[in-house]
Amino acid sequence: MTQIHVSTTINGDAGEFLCEPDETLLDVLRDRLGLTGAKEGCGTGDCGACSVTVDGRLICSCLMLGAEADGREVTTIEGMANGETLHPLQRKFLEHAALQCGICTPGILVAAKALLEKNPNPTETEARYWLAGNLCRCTGYDKIIRAVMDAAHEMRGA
Amino acid sequence: MRYEAPRTLESAVALMAGEKGSAQILAGGTDLLVRMKSGFAEPDLVVDIKRIDGMHAITAEKGGWRIGAAVPGAALGEHAGVKADWPGVVEALELIGSTQVQGRATMAGNMCNASPAADSVPAMVAADAVARVVGPNGTRDVAVGDIATGPGKTSLTNGEIVESIFLPARPKHSGDAYLRFIPRTEMDIAVVGVGVSLTLDASGTCTAARVSLGAVAPTVLLDQKAAATLIGTKVDDAALAKLAAACSAACKPIDDKRGTIEFRTKVAGVLVRRAATIALQRAKG
Amino acid sequence: MALDDKHEADGRVFKVVGTRPVRPDGIDKVTGRARFGADMSMPGMLVGWVLRSPHAHARIRSIDTSKAEALPGVKAVVTRKDFTAESDDVLDNCMAGAKALYDGHAVAAVAAVSAKVAKQALKLIAVDYEVLPHVTDVDEAMKLDAPVLHKDKTDETVPAGMSKNVIQRFEYGHGDVEAGFAEADEIVSRSFKTAATHQGYIEPHACVASMGPDGQADLWVCTQGHYMVRNVCAPMLGMDIGKLRVTASEIGGGFGGKTTVFLEPVALMLSRKSGRPVKMVMTREDVLRATGPTASTSIDVKIGMKKDGTITAGWAEMRYQGGAYPGSPVQFGAMAAFAPYNLKHVKTIGWDVVTNRPKQAAYRAPGAPMGAYVVESVIDELCGNLGLDRLSVRLKNASTEGAKASYGPRFGKIGLTATLEAAKAHPHYSAPLGPSQGRGISCGFWFNFGGDTSVSLSVNNDGTISLSEGNPDIGGSRASMTMMAAEELGIPYDSVRTIIADTSALGQNEVTDGSRVTFAVGLATIKAARDAITKMCSRAAKVWGIDEDAVIWEDGHAKPAGPNAGKFPPMSLAEIAAQASNTGGPIAGHHEVNAEGAGVSFATHMCDAEVDPETGAVKILRYTVFQDAGKAVHPAYVEGQFQGGAVQGIGWALNEEYIYGKDGRLQNPGFLDYRVPVASDLPMIDTVIIEVPNPGHPYGVRGVGETSIVPPLAAVANAVSAAAGVRLTELPMSPPRVLKAIDTARA
Repeated sequence: MTQIHVSTTINGDAGEFLCEPDETLLDVLRDRLGLTGAKEGCGTGDCGACSVTVDGRLICSCLMLGAEADGREVTTIEGMANGETLHPLQRKFLEHAALQCGICTPGILVAAKALLEKNPNPTETEARYWLAGNLCRCTGYDKIIRAVMDAAHEMRGA
Repeated sequence: MRYEAPRTLESAVALMAGEKGSAQILAGGTDLLVRMKSGFAEPDLVVDIKRIDGMHAITAEKGGWRIGAAVPGAALGEHAGVKADWPGVVEALELIGSTQVQGRATMAGNMCNASPAADSVPAMVAADAVARVVGPNGTRDVAVGDIATGPGKTSLTNGEIVESIFLPARPKHSGDAYLRFIPRTEMDIAVVGVGVSLTLDASGTCTAARVSLGAVAPTVLLDQKAAATLIGTKVDDAALAKLAAACSAACKPIDDKRGTIEFRTKVAGVLVRRAATIALQRAKG
Repeated sequence: MALDDKHEADGRVFKVVGTRPVRPDGIDKVTGRARFGADMSMPGMLVGWVLRSPHAHARIRSIDTSKAEALPGVKAVVTRKDFTAESDDVLDNCMAGAKALYDGHAVAAVAAVSAKVAKQALKLIAVDYEVLPHVTDVDEAMKLDAPVLHKDKTDETVPAGMSKNVIQRFEYGHGDVEAGFAEADEIVSRSFKTAATHQGYIEPHACVASMGPDGQADLWVCTQGHYMVRNVCAPMLGMDIGKLRVTASEIGGGFGGKTTVFLEPVALMLSRKSGRPVKMVMTREDVLRATGPTASTSIDVKIGMKKDGTITAGWAEMRYQGGAYPGSPVQFGAMAAFAPYNLKHVKTIGWDVVTNRPKQAAYRAPGAPMGAYVVESVIDELCGNLGLDRLSVRLKNASTEGAKASYGPRFGKIGLTATLEAAKAHPHYSAPLGPSQGRGISCGFWFNFGGDTSVSLSVNNDGTISLSEGNPDIGGSRASMTMMAAEELGIPYDSVRTIIADTSALGQNEVTDGSRVTFAVGLATIKAARDAITKMCSRAAKVWGIDEDAVIWEDGHAKPAGPNAGKFPPMSLAEIAAQASNTGGPIAGHHEVNAEGAGVSFATHMCDAEVDPETGAVKILRYTVFQDAGKAVHPAYVEGQFQGGAVQGIGWALNEEYIYGKDGRLQNPGFLDYRVPVASDLPMIDTVIIEVPNPGHPYGVRGVGETSIVPPLAAVANAVSAAAGVRLTELPMSPPRVLKAIDTARA
């Protein structure tokens, strides 16, 4: 099997990598690019811990081949903060203690960011259904939802 | 394994037809990559159709809609026109998986994966949707319900690729709806899925209906006996009771880790009543 | 109040404890910088994969690894014969010996240059299995004609004439239950079943092992106890403990499931044989098939109650299967089941049974949730039959200080009554319910533990503090340790940095389990801080030329005190630190202890549920947790434990279960069909923190992590039973079960 050469943009930075045809985008991010923020919780698209966006769409990176990223824009958790300045969602997660072990946190933050970009004023129910694909086993979701709603509130300038 | 991302449908067909080993189409990958990971699929060739012109298009056609095979659920859910005409089809597709899966999963892929519990298929069958299939011997249109022939098996022949799904023009005073039963609120495979599409005349009497059941047989059922119970009625409680009984009678489910025969049979009846009620509201309003 | 009612923290005004600062590892976790088990790489690293038995029960006649070894890219293959250490159940579970005992049991492993090559190599390993009949159900396994797993593990507590799958019998209680039942006006006798569930942590097990040719090794692993990993793995590899240095990564959830080893000895052996670092990461399927779910159970319970609500007797016979090896948590279950109630006559019998399932591991209050489920369900039913208020009955019978617990000791100061009173006064209790809606209540109890703990606290030259502890942080405990150190020392929270040190840096530390960390490590942290304070006071005394006894510590400063101390301006911690070299050398405090005095924690949970009578679907409408935390060091993290435990319990009650086929294979080894609660399944989980200080901790801390999962099975079951109009006696209450119960009751 010869490796495939892929040109892509990750968190705003243009770059290239080689990968096997059957490597997932998640494998590439973690094992080739050192971007270990996205996690493999299940490998089957059932837990959301590997969430990234590709051309603005929220997806599970375990369900996409690395080769498909050619010419696309990928954003991961590592691109969420702006240097030292945290995104409001990241800040609110810390304030609300919306994480315990933290393994689901990158995926949930990426997913929540995608939610607020699409719907800046979600109801609690809308937020819960949007995030249904992000499993958390530690928090029971309560503080996560509060943090997302609070971040949305702040971002609306309300 | 080799990966190809052709730019034209012709070259995709040629790749598929010409592959001596096993070849799989990749659209959203939400079934294929899962099967690859578990070892159930070990394709020699994967053909990615997402770079082919037109595969992402949603086009108005003859009063209906032609939806390219690579259109993911999230994009269909953003299309006001399709949502207005066939809300049941859109809601069915949008029920598949999570928001993340919605960013990738396609109706065509859901149909070709041929799971008995596929969510979009009963709704498409109720809508009388048609798949356009392109192959080495030309193009043909196939009713969506005729694609799957058994669990994991389709009627597609060597080299054939689904190019698009056509949703016909929706007649006046029509409405469709899809409901499924799952134990949680999201993220489960349908234990029972029901798609209903019906048309009323000006007086509110049902003149046409299609009722489709999923996850209760090896392939999705088009239940004509059930549909017949609605014709000529105002879809009142009496008609709904007959509808429910007919659907339960048509079920041929199995016992498995997601549900029992008893449960599926009973709930099919419950859901068809509820779906028909929603379809009725949509037809009226 | 009697003098001995006073707690040393009474009247203390806490400055840091009780606030909600941002946790020290928070930024790393919200930016993706934090490094979990699978986030580590080492130069020259190989990838390890495990070959697992596809049979539930089979004799392993032979294993031929020659073709795998010959495959280019394969650098080592390991089977049981590579482990020459004395056999025990943990080792046998990590790598099967004579028999494969469950679907997924590890039989061999390879290390190769890539996952692709490793997986190919697994296919080339030829295992000759003699398939044997299997048994996966606990009651079936107890029958005399059941297939037997082990011929010689049954102990003398088991009467003669029982299946060899019955390993041990436990009995607890006091009084005369028959006399108690004779006094009852109403008796309910029921049988219940619960399915096996998994802790469901989102992070699969992962480690990187690196063994050098000199026999020294490093291991990076996600674990609840890296000292345990060291102590267990070193002997398996024939190594001295001191030669194995284990570093705990951040851990993506454990809940008890990571208090043992699975991959780690295998990774070390592969590294030894290949001479290179080896990384092993489980798939989700491996995790569900071959790590440690909790027991499935079959329990008979009988409780008698008088018309006035007094419980006259409680009896239960509890059968738990813990997988293929002895050690189901039936002992804890038998001890804890009736603990919330002050009973004159109580008896519990527990049976530990083996079956062809993976070896169980601890799951958050192991054994107790199932016991609470059955007892609280029957109390609920008795209240219904007698027309009594469910909280009043529990208050009437509640265990209080001085009461003899069902498992033996007398309780000290406990908070059960406080939780019940808070529940009664809460608006949730009087909120109206609609059609097909029901409310369920349950109490719960957990012992909490102390255990071996070592903490070291260094005073840096600039007056900041480096605190080293040895307990992986699964819930935010680093923040709590930092807070307790800052509180004692009288310095800002941000001046203290807490790390989890590797095994070479500290003395023994018991695993992060038993809800012990905030209690025991907190206690040790406070004492280490006090140790440092004593030393700093002594340095100040030296500088001032006065007696050590004449120096006190207040608000982060050493101050002269007493009539002859003299007038010196206070010296801040930073000032003392700056002069450390000149006053005797670097300053550190430390404390090592096998901590005792952990306070038990009680809770009351209240749940509202709605049932769709046509489909059996259940919706949780409202949930409130009332639990005694003793002293909430970081209230947000205490609330988090309450909420997380409640939601795991909700999943256990409604949809989570291990489903085995007739072939003994696990049918749902993935998150698709092993159904943990998702965000849209739940409402907000309201919490009320009760604080009845634990005399055994300087601030009154009680562990909270485990009690929170004990009540929800019954709280949800009682709510669903009320909503459905029929008593559910089997978990999970999946929709087909609920619908069947409704239809059967209607018929």
